[in-house]
Amino acid sequence: MIVASPKSITELKSIIAGHRKVLFVGCGTCVTVCLAGGEREVGIMAYAMRMARRLDKNPVEISQVTIERQCDNEFLKDLAEPASGVEAIVSFGCGAGVQAIAERFPDKPVYAGLDTQFLGILEGQAVWTEKCLGCGSCMLAEFGGICPITRCAKRLLNGPCGGSLEDRCEVDPEKPCAWQLIYKRLQAIGQLDRLEEVVPPKDWSTAWYGGARRVVRRDHQV
Amino acid sequence: MSPDRSESRSEGTRTVRPPGWEPEILAFCCSYCASAAAGEAGAVRLRYPAGTRILSTPCTGGIEMEHLLEAFEKGVDGVLVVGCPDGGCHFVEGNQRALRRLERVRAILDEIGLGGGRLRMVQLSDSMAPAFADHMREITETIRAMGPNPLKPARKESAGRS
Ligand code: SF4
Ligand code: SF4
Repeated sequence: MIVASPKSITELKSIIAGHRKVLFVGCGTCVTVCLAGGEREVGIMAYAMRMARRLDKNPVEISQVTIERQCDNEFLKDLAEPASGVEAIVSFGCGAGVQAIAERFPDKPVYAGLDTQFLGILEGQAVWTEKCLGCGSCMLAEFGGICPITRCAKRLLNGPCGGSLEDRCEVDPEKPCAWQLIYKRLQAIGQLDRLEEVVPPKDWSTAWYGGARRVVRRDHQV
Repeated sequence: MSPDRSESRSEGTRTVRPPGWEPEILAFCCSYCASAAAGEAGAVRLRYPAGTRILSTPCTGGIEMEHLLEAFEKGVDGVLVVGCPDGGCHFVEGNQRALRRLERVRAILDEIGLGGGRLRMVQLSDSMAPAFADHMREITETIRAMGPNPLKPARKESAGRS
């Protein structure tokens, strides 16, 4: 899922300082699960913002709505009515959600209420970790299902850098060395021989570096 | 640390203590411990401040951040959450959850300048009526020093207008 974290009240307050009627829009999918932009978090931020603005003697009226998915036009339709009377919208979706809403309401300021972080998983109680950079040409099969592009701090494709300490990454001992994980995993699944092959430099043309990408599926178009 | 910060901030905004003002404290009391302690305090005629309003809840773990924020937005001067001692929660970890949520709400109150010191949690058992009365007095005095919740008068004005 896409993992995000809430912006500070102070930052959001300054972003919407000039508006008196604002709509806060939550998203019911990834950011609800990562406790950043669902109905509850939007409610908490709305309380905080209303109180902060009243203390500043610059009150703000905040309405709230949480839709199923901000990145899907089908659900954005539900925003037409709540958005009609407001000066600005704050989206508590990921960066894609914010931009989808901005495209839907070309004449209204639409701001991001979250800091979108990464594609990841829930690793432990309220701990999320990054697992994939979306490189556009997945190599997980070669590395026992552990992505060195995302999880090795140096993005090495042919074994560890030599700086790992025990099983920790030398760049940040809080994190495991991805190559240690890859080795153990390949050993466990009986595929250590994969490490004998030299992996050529990755073709990055499928990744973001040529600008925003597009996926078109003609088989699903009519 | 937080009471100091909030006090200086509230002085920076408007700590006006209207004559005759008594801190209005909302006490969320777990029905397994604190509600019994509060009841016992009343039964044996222990005095605790008159501005206290007791709200009984089945477990402090059921208190959401929104409940606490709503109280402050409506102008309550201080909130005390009273839960069971560590290891004594009837729902295993409700009191621990409450502690974490309070931490976040206190940080929010500090960040917006209302003062995290207005919110506090204490843990006691059902037999601790004198401790309950002491905690009520303590938070009342903390809030008295901080002054009224500045959102209270503002709310009355706006309610009058609309
Ligand atoms: S190889 Fe590319 S697509 Fe596969 S997990 Fe790593 S970054 Fe993601
Ligand atoms: S220690 Fe391991 S994860 Fe860290 S940079 Fe070196 S090889 Fe990559």
